[in-house]
Amino acid sequence: MSDVIDTLAGIAPGSPLDAVRARRPQARIHAQSSYDSLFKPLSEADASRQERFALACFVAGLHDRQEIVAFYEQGLGDSALKAAVRTAATTARIEGPYGHYPKGPLSAEDKAGPVHRIASPTREALGTRLAAAFEHAHMLVYHPRDSAPPDLQALIDAGWSTTGIVVISQLVAFLSYQIRVVAGLSVLKARPA
Amino acid sequence: MNDKVLSVPGHVEPVVFTRDQLDWLPWLEPMAEQDLTARHMAGLVDAARAKSPYFRLLVRDPEVLEARTRTDKDIFYNPDAGLPRAERELAAAATSRYNGCIYCASVHARFAATYSKRVEDVDRLLAQGVGADLEARWNAIVATSVALTSTPITFGPEHIDTLRKAGLDDASIVDVINAASFFNWANRLMLSLGEPAAAGG
Repeated sequence: MSDVIDTLAGIAPGSPLDAVRARRPQARIHAQSSYDSLFKPLSEADASRQERFALACFVAGLHDRQEIVAFYEQGLGDSALKAAVRTAATTARIEGPYGHYPKGPLSAEDKAGPVHRIASPTREALGTRLAAAFEHAHMLVYHPRDSAPPDLQALIDAGWSTTGIVVISQLVAFLSYQIRVVAGLSVLKARPA
Repeated sequence: MNDKVLSVPGHVEPVVFTRDQLDWLPWLEPMAEQDLTARHMAGLVDAARAKSPYFRLLVRDPEVLEARTRTDKDIFYNPDAGLPRAERELAAAATSRYNGCIYCASVHARFAATYSKRVEDVDRLLAQGVGADLEARWNAIVATSVALTSTPITFGPEHIDTLRKAGLDDASIVDVINAASFFNWANRLMLSLGEPAAAGG
């Protein structure tokens, strides 16, 4: 059974890092079952497979990890959509984390940054639901501490159900984890003791 | 359909990082306890989590919640080799401090302080942020967590060298990577689906 993290980090069976990962067997198995549950879901009623892969490509693109973008693009059959997702990510990259704290002593640590809005014609190419999901994902990736109830209202207004919002939130958050594990293991692999 | 944003009742919003116990108030409707089926209970993993609005909201996708929870438990609780529990919690607290998740930071600063007994160092991390000087080994773990949490990710071979110089073997380095990466998952859910409140507020 293939393991996406091993595939993306280039960890071969029997290699030293394979043995290290084996010391956390549940974390390894369930990072994979998280991926499986998100991308081979039992139900697509609240978020379609195409929406899920498009969002994953966008999040990987925001992190500028082209090997991970390429992996998730395999799940996007429609080439027009693939191109729109690429454009959306390329024009949205910035550095994070930034954002505001509740008013008080931490306000001194507030770090200003943009609230991203998808421009035309990419917005039309993505459609209302995906454009809203991408704008939300941009905030989750770069400035999650700015999250507020109106952000969830915007998703509901774009047609996302409560369960759908839970699914896409998990997906963006999971990708934020998976991308970092792959990045970390790749660096460690290239730097043997 | 009953898809709506919840209005949060009057509460005291924490405005500093703290080790105090906090509550968490959802912005979307969690599942009702009486509607939880066997599939949802499997997703919760621990039956006691049926009392938590956070987990009853996430259990709307039970398969993902179960996988997330089992990943979490192994990264932080598996005692086999690698980093002491206190330093896995330090990575979680540092990641949460840097992303700005007051709720997650409170939980994992508490654990880091309990398991390390280094209460003053943990409090310095909370008060001063990820630039606080906590001595070489903890500084290396915090700096690694920050580099992994930044977007784009700035983690590089120099972090590996510093961690090794501080005495970490590869199993311990993978624990830091896992713990910091996992909190980039957890922080985003906690920050975006609800908000913290002073306990009993």
